[in-house]
Amino acid sequence: PNCSVQVRNHHCSADKSTLQWAPIKTSIDNSSDDFAANTAEMKVLVEDLKAKISKIEQAGGEKAVKLHRSRGKMLARERIDGIVDAGSPFIEFSQLAGYEMYGKEEVPSGGILTGVGIVSGRVCVIVANDATVKGGTYYPITVKKHLRAQEIARENKLPCIYLVDSGGANLPRQADIFADSQHFGRIFYNQATMSSEGIPQLAVVMGSCTAGGAYVPAMSDQAIIVKGTGTVFLGGPPLVKAATGEEISAEELGGADLHCGESGVTDYYAHNDKHALYLARSCIAGLPPVEEHMTFNPNADEPLYPAEEIYGIVGSNLKKTYDVREVIARIVDGSRFHEFKERYGETLVTGFATIYGQRVGILANNGVLFAESAMKGSHFIELCCQRKIPLLFLQNITGFMVGRDAEAGGIAKHGAKLVTAVACAKVPKITVLVGGSYGAGNYGMCGRGYSPRYVFMWPNSRISVMGGEQAANVLSTVQKEKKKREGADWTDQQDLELRKPVEEKFEKEGHPYFASARLWDDGVIDPKDTRKVLGLAFQSTLQKPIPETKFGVFRM
Amino acid sequence: KRCASTAPLIRPIQRVLVANRGEIAIRVQNTARKMGIETVAVFSDADRNSLFVKKADKAYHIGPPLAAESYLNMDKIINSALRSGAQAIHPGYGFLSENAGFAEKCAQAGLVFIGPPAQAIRDMGAKNVSKQIMEDAKVPVVKGFHGEDQSDANLKKKSAEIGYPVMLKAVYGGGGKGMRIAWNEAEFEEKLASARNEAKKSFGNDEMLVEKFVEKPRHVEVQVFGDHHGNYVHLWERDCSVQRRHQKIIEEAPAPNMEHDTRVKLGESAVRAAAAVGYVGAGTVEFIMDPRGEFYFMEMNTRLQVEHPVSEAITGTDLVEWQLRVAQGEKLPLKQSEIPLNGHAFECRVYAEDTRKGAFMPTAGRLNYVDFPEDARIDTGVVSGDEVSIHYDPMIAKVVVWGQDRAVAAAKLESALARTRISGLPTNIDFVRRVLAHPEFAAGNVYTDFIPDHQKELFAESETPAEIYVESAVAHALAALQKSDAGVFQNLSFFRMNLSPKYIFKIDGKDVSIRFDSDSRLTVSYDGNSYETLLNDIESTTDGSFKFTLEANGRRWSTVVKNLGNSLMVNGVGQNEYETPQIHETFDSLSGGAASHSAVAPMPGIIEKILVKPGEQVTTGQALVVMTAMKMEYIIRAPEDSTVEHIKCQAGKNVPKNAVLVQFA
Repeated sequence: PNCSVQVRNHHCSADKSTLQWAPIKTSIDNSSDDFAANTAEMKVLVEDLKAKISKIEQAGGEKAVKLHRSRGKMLARERIDGIVDAGSPFIEFSQLAGYEMYGKEEVPSGGILTGVGIVSGRVCVIVANDATVKGGTYYPITVKKHLRAQEIARENKLPCIYLVDSGGANLPRQADIFADSQHFGRIFYNQATMSSEGIPQLAVVMGSCTAGGAYVPAMSDQAIIVKGTGTVFLGGPPLVKAATGEEISAEELGGADLHCGESGVTDYYAHNDKHALYLARSCIAGLPPVEEHMTFNPNADEPLYPAEEIYGIVGSNLKKTYDVREVIARIVDGSRFHEFKERYGETLVTGFATIYGQRVGILANNGVLFAESAMKGSHFIELCCQRKIPLLFLQNITGFMVGRDAEAGGIAKHGAKLVTAVACAKVPKITVLVGGSYGAGNYGMCGRGYSPRYVFMWPNSRISVMGGEQAANVLSTVQKEKKKREGADWTDQQDLELRKPVEEKFEKEGHPYFASARLWDDGVIDPKDTRKVLGLAFQSTLQKPIPETKFGVFRM
Repeated sequence: KRCASTAPLIRPIQRVLVANRGEIAIRVQNTARKMGIETVAVFSDADRNSLFVKKADKAYHIGPPLAAESYLNMDKIINSALRSGAQAIHPGYGFLSENAGFAEKCAQAGLVFIGPPAQAIRDMGAKNVSKQIMEDAKVPVVKGFHGEDQSDANLKKKSAEIGYPVMLKAVYGGGGKGMRIAWNEAEFEEKLASARNEAKKSFGNDEMLVEKFVEKPRHVEVQVFGDHHGNYVHLWERDCSVQRRHQKIIEEAPAPNMEHDTRVKLGESAVRAAAAVGYVGAGTVEFIMDPRGEFYFMEMNTRLQVEHPVSEAITGTDLVEWQLRVAQGEKLPLKQSEIPLNGHAFECRVYAEDTRKGAFMPTAGRLNYVDFPEDARIDTGVVSGDEVSIHYDPMIAKVVVWGQDRAVAAAKLESALARTRISGLPTNIDFVRRVLAHPEFAAGNVYTDFIPDHQKELFAESETPAEIYVESAVAHALAALQKSDAGVFQNLSFFRMNLSPKYIFKIDGKDVSIRFDSDSRLTVSYDGNSYETLLNDIESTTDGSFKFTLEANGRRWSTVVKNLGNSLMVNGVGQNEYETPQIHETFDSLSGGAASHSAVAPMPGIIEKILVKPGEQVTTGQALVVMTAMKMEYIIRAPEDSTVEHIKCQAGKNVPKNAVLVQFA
C-alpha cells in the first residue's frame, strides 16, 4: 500500500531500460488436475509450516508468558514490533532454530529472535533474547543463532541492536557453548570487531545481563537500561553472597540507577520497555545516513502471474519435473527475464531480471548439471561480478552428471569452475532451495558453505549428500556385490530391510525443518512470499557498496 | 407618518467598509468585489491575521479584542471609513447592525449606512411600539389580556376575542403553577376554576392574565426588502425552528409543511410590516406559527440575517448585492411577481461547541484543520490554523445546500456535513447529523422545542458500529506507517515471516487489534468479535491525507484520513478524531517533573478572579481561579492537597489553553 507522502529517492531515477525485456510466457494450465494436486500438496506443507511457526510464536508457553508480563515486560516479539518502524516488514531468521533438537526440551526459536528490520529508517539486525524460553539462557543453538545474526550484520554492514534479557549460559550445556571458537565468547569478539569496522552496536538491557551477558551492553557503543527490570552484573546476588557474604538486591547490585548514575555501564535510562525501545530508535536515528546501493523502484511491476501458482507448479514431489522459468516468472518484476545462453547447457537456466527494480542475475536448475551447464554458470557469474549484479540461486539440483562420458568430458573440472566462480563471487548472493539440494550440486549452486548472504528453503525442499533412494541404492548395490563375492544370498526382503532405515534417515535429516533447526539455512519460507523476502533480503545486502571480485584459478 | 421620502438619488458606492468580522465580512467582500466595489476591513487585535483582513483591499486597526472597544466603537469605525475613502458602511449582522445611533452617526459623517433608516431601527427595537405598529398594519400579533376586570365573564369574553386556545396564567404565578390551557370555550370555565384554585393555594392570589396560546410554535421568518422608491417585496420565508439555547442551528427555506395560502399570507403580512415602518434594505420579519398555520408577529430584525443564504438559494438572488444597490439608490432588482421559489435550501451553522449530553458548551481554541466539501456553499471566515476566539461568536462556518425538494436538500446537507472535517475543537456537526436523521425532522415536523422534546433520541448513547472500529484501526495502522520510496523495507508493509503481524490500538477506550493476513486481507477484533476486512484502493492525496476502501460486515465503504501529527481525523462511516500524541510526549509523565503540580486553564479564556495567594494551603477540589470563556464561567480547582507557590495569571488577562495558572510547591 502506498499511503504516505512518497519521498522520491535519488536512486530511482526511473531506469526503464529493463522494461524491454520480454516477460516469460507461462504454459501452466492452472485448471489441470495435476496443478490442483500440486497445489493441494504444497498447501499441506505450507500450512504445516505456519502451524509450527505459530506454535513457536507462543514462546515459552502460557505460564512463562504470564510471569514475564507480570514483571511489566514486553514479549520479545512485541519488543521487535515496537522497535522497528511501525508496520514495516521484519525478516525473521531461523524461526525453527532448535526445533526437535533437544529431545523433550522445547526451545522455541532457539530461545532468541533474530532478524533484519528497519529502525528509524535504517536497516538493522535485531537480536532479542526470549526470556520466556528457559529464562533466555543460551543453548548451543542459541549461540549459533546469535552468531549467525552477527555474521549477517558484519557481511552486510548492518547496525546491531541487542534486546538483552538473558540468564546467560545454559549451565547443563556449558560444554557445548563456552570454550570453542564459535561459542559464547565469539559474541563479544564480534561486537568489538564490528564496532571497529564502524558497524554500530547498541544494547538495550530489558532483563538480566549476568556474567558473560554483562559484556553485551558493556561491549556496545551505546547502551540503554530499563529501570526495575534491567540488570547488569558480572556476578548476581547469589554469587555475591556466596563470594563475599554481601546481601543485596539485583536492582541495587546492577540496576538502571546504578549503571546510569554511578558506574556508567549504561548510557540511557528507560522507565519501561516501551520507553527503552523509543530510546533505542532515537539512538539509531542519530546514526549518520548510509548510501544505499539498491536500485529500488517503488513502482516496479508485480509478476504477471500470481505467486500462489508456484504451489501448483512445484507441488511436493521432487521427482516431478517442471520448467523453473515458471517459478522465476512468479518472482521477478513483470515476469521479465532476459535469458542468457538459452540454448546452451539448458539444465541450468541463467539470465537477468529485476526484483523491485534491483537487477539480479539468476541461476536456476532445470535438471542435472552437465559440463556445459557448469561452464555457462561460471560465465554468467563472471558477468555478474564484473557488473556488480547480485546473484540469486534457485536450487533444485540432484547433482552433476555422472558416467563415463561425463567424466571424460571433464565434468569434474567444469564443475570446479562453477564452484570456483560461486565461491569467489563477492556480489551479494542469495540462495533459495526450491527443491532438492544434493551433493556437489549444493556446492555449485551456492549452498551454505559458499557464504551466500542468505539461504532460504521452501517447505518442499530436501537437503542431503544425496537423495535417500540414491543412498539406499548405493548401499544396496555395495551390499549386493559383497554378498555376491561371498557367494551368499541377497533376498529382496534383506534388500528392503537395508533400504528402509536408510531412506527414512535421509528423509528425516534432509527435511527442511531438520536443516533449519540446525541453522543450515536462515529460514523456511512460504513459496508465495519468495519475492517479498528476496526484495527485502537484497536491500539488506546493498547497504554497502558491492566489492570487486577476484576469482581463483579456473581449471580450463 | 413614516419618513421614507429621502430623495432617491443614485449615489454609486466605490468603496465599502465592512464593520464586522469573520464570515459575514468575507460574504460582503465577495459581492462587493463582484460589483467592482473596493472593500475595507476593520479589525481588532484578535483578528489581525484573520482571513477577512487579508482578503480586504484595505484594513484598519480599531482596537483591542473586546468588542466594546473595537467592533462596537462607532467613532473608530467611522473614522476608519473616512480615512479609507469609503462611501458606505455595511454593518453585517450583530455588533452595530441594529444600532440606530450608529446609523445616524454614519449619516452625519456623510456615509451611507447600509441598512434601514434610523427611525425604522428604533421603531422595531422597541417591542411595545413595534407591536402597535403591526396591529395597526393588520399584521397578526399575539393577543392577550392583563387587566383590572377579573370577572369570569370578562375573562371568557377576552378569551373569545383573543381566540382559542388561550393560556390562563396566574399573575403572581411561576413554575407552571396556576397555569392552564383552555382549548375551546366549552372547557373555559372548568380550566379557569382549576387555575384560580391552584393560584389561590400557591400564591394566595387568583388574579389571572390571558394570552393567546401558541402550541408547538415554529419560528418562521420572512425575508423582506425595501428600496428608496417605496417598493417592497418579500423573498419567501425561512423556518428556523431547530434551536438550542435559543440559537438557531438549522435553517431552511421555504418552511416545510406549509400551505401555499399561508405562505402567501405570511409574505404579504411581512411586506405590510416593512411598509409600515418605511423600511429600506434587507430585513426579516419574525413570526411564531402554530401547527394549524396561524402566525403572529414577533419582531423585525433590521439587518441581513445569518441565515440569508437559504433565501438566496431558493430565489437565485444575491441579497448583499441587493443591499448595495438599494444603498446606491437603485430600485429593487425584481418585482414580487418575478421572485421565484425554487426547490429547497438548508443551512447548518457549524459551531465550535461540545454537544455531548445536550450541554452545548461553546469552546474556543485553535482549529488545527478545516476542510469543507466543494459541492456545498460554505460561508466561513477561517482556514486551518485559525483561532476561534473567546471574544466572539464560536460559529466556524455555514454550510448551505440546495436541492429540488426538501428530501434532496436534506440528503445533500447530510452528505456535506459528513465531509466537513474540523480538527482541534469539538463541533456540533455530529449533533446536527443526528437531527437530520430524526424521522420527525425528515417529516418536516419542526418547532422550537424540537431538540428538548427529542432529547432522548438525539442524545442517545448509541453503540458504535463495528465499521467505525474497523476503519479507525486501519487508519491508525496506516497512519503509523513511515513509508517512503527509499527501499523495499520502507515500501512494503505488514510483513512478517510466516506470521501475520498484529497491532493493537486504543480506540474509544477499547483495545482494538488488527491482524494483517496479507496486504489487503486483515482481521479487526475487539470485545471478542472479529471482522474479516478487505482493504483496497489506498491512495494518498496531496494535502497529506490518505484514503482507502474497506469491506467488512457485509458493507463496502471509503474512508478518508487526515493525519495532523498529534491527531488523526477519520472520516468514513463515522467522523472521529483520535489523539495520537508524539511518541516522546507519551513518556513525559514517566520522567516526573513539575507538570502535574499545577492547575492549568482547560480552555482559552479571561481570568476573572484569583481566589488564592502564594503560600496558601489548598485542599483537593478547592476553587483557585475563576475564568470566563465564551461567556461561560469556569472554576479552576486544586488537583491535589498542596501549597500555592506562584500565581501565574492575572485578573483581567487572557490565558491560552493549558496555561499554568497556579503553581504548587
